[in-house]
Amino acid sequence: MSTRIPVLKTYKLYIGGQFPRTESGRAIALEGRGGRHVANYCRASRKDLRNAVVAARKAQSGWAGKTAYLRGQILYRTAEMLEGRAAQFAEELRLQGDSASGARKEVDAAIELLIHYAGWTDKYTQVFGTVNPVASPHFNFSVPEPTGVIGVVAPESPGLLGLVAGVAPLLAGGNACVVLASATHPLSAVTFAEVLNDSDLPGGVVNILTGLRQEILPTMATHKDIDGIAAYGTNAAEQTLIAENAALNVKRVALHPADALDGDPFRIMEFQEIKTTWHPVAIR
Amino acid sequence: MARTTPTPPDSPTIDAVGLAERVARFKARSLKAASKVSALKLALSMIDLTTLEGRDTPGKVRQLCRKAVRPDPADPSLPHVAAVCVYPTLVRVAKDALSGTKVRVASVATAFPSGQADLAPRLDEIRYAVAEGADEIDMVISRGKFLCGDHAAVFDEIAACKDACGEAHLKVILETGELHTYDNVRRASDLAMEAGADFIKTSTGKVSPAATPEVTLVMLQAIQDFHARTGRMVGMKPAGGIRDAKTAVTFLVMLRETLGPAWLTPEWFRFGASTLTNDILMQLTKQRTGHYQSARDYTND
Repeated sequence: MSTRIPVLKTYKLYIGGQFPRTESGRAIALEGRGGRHVANYCRASRKDLRNAVVAARKAQSGWAGKTAYLRGQILYRTAEMLEGRAAQFAEELRLQGDSASGARKEVDAAIELLIHYAGWTDKYTQVFGTVNPVASPHFNFSVPEPTGVIGVVAPESPGLLGLVAGVAPLLAGGNACVVLASATHPLSAVTFAEVLNDSDLPGGVVNILTGLRQEILPTMATHKDIDGIAAYGTNAAEQTLIAENAALNVKRVALHPADALDGDPFRIMEFQEIKTTWHPVAIR
Repeated sequence: MARTTPTPPDSPTIDAVGLAERVARFKARSLKAASKVSALKLALSMIDLTTLEGRDTPGKVRQLCRKAVRPDPADPSLPHVAAVCVYPTLVRVAKDALSGTKVRVASVATAFPSGQADLAPRLDEIRYAVAEGADEIDMVISRGKFLCGDHAAVFDEIAACKDACGEAHLKVILETGELHTYDNVRRASDLAMEAGADFIKTSTGKVSPAATPEVTLVMLQAIQDFHARTGRMVGMKPAGGIRDAKTAVTFLVMLRETLGPAWLTPEWFRFGASTLTNDILMQLTKQRTGHYQSARDYTND
């Protein structure tokens, strides 16, 4: 009879399609229910954020340039992958302190949400784009285009659904993002990164950092190569910090409560720029 | 021409493993913020701002020259770069655009980047570039001849180029990416210095790998030995592949610890680069403001 020492998972960051440790070498011990040590996870530094932004910037134009149909396929595949690993995610959420039934419901909701936004990828430009009446012989169109690189502050809870709700509308709209995951549920974020990585999502389109909000948020808010911030479940002080520093490079800011996870299609439009084109009508 | 081929092969062989180990240590140095700022400013002042594309136009060269004189319009306290490096036909444009400044004009010549032409037209190209106003000439050696073992021919061509330069400084490009071994890099370095090079330079920037820290260290050591033997200082120019400020600072650390402070000036050390400039500017602004910068806020040469 062989007794095997179990292989424990090292929870790392997700940057540029790879899973590096934090460059700072720091880790945080995660405690589950009753103060039990569950796992160690990376405490990302400002430099990790910088690296993530570089990766996101590099990947963004390629992602936006893919056809809406393909973006939808990739999001759909993410949902498929999540479905296949639903039990693992439920177990991991439970380890981080959630109830068993709540965890399973949360995974189901995350899958539903991904499918929902997968469907929106090739529809939102039709729904939100307009043909404008003008008093000259022109067609005049207004179409939404992705803002660019968006910083996402995921809510502390729910750990998985919150992350998916923050990221999915951005991906549907062709943005790249740098996510600061929940500090109470960092493990599901890292495992979700594996799902993204297995779904043909190009490296760098989503980058996930785990760590302390008070350490990462100021750098995220001041970083001039981040075009917008979507923050979920932030307190008044954090909101002021974001608002003040976003002014540096006129970031778009969207602040939401932690439970605003309902698949609102307008969530896609929060990080879209409207481009209006004039096209001459043929002369008859 | 009284020069003769030196008696080499007296070039030492290079221990590649030891070299890699030493370079790894240079890369691991940590720098305090204040030293970093001064190192970045020094690196900026050592840049040969380069454009060597078939699509170069006088307009682009003028734009580059303005950037050379004042790299960051938002921070006039920053130093100008050392030189602007262009093709011979654009030397006059650069010279006019830089008149009244201390930025020098460097020109590649001698059938850059391959060097595959007869010696006579290659020398003519040098004379043309110098006549147009080039202060510095970046020549390429005949790698084909070098790899055949015809070191004497390479020595003679470098010596002839040095004569053709007249007052202009001669930088000899070894194109280390095509020399295959560190031993060859060392031998080519020794050859170039014996033949009269004012600077030795790693690469054209058209071949990869270009200026790796390893070949740069081999060349720095060659310069050190040459200086010990002859008392003549020779400059060093790594070029190609140095894209970020951090790498540039590693090179400076290596320079300081190999050749000493005497070489830590634009007169004796240059970076051949174009994208490096913006990264240095971004890092300097980051140090000044505390905010990470966006490449979109900097001019795209």
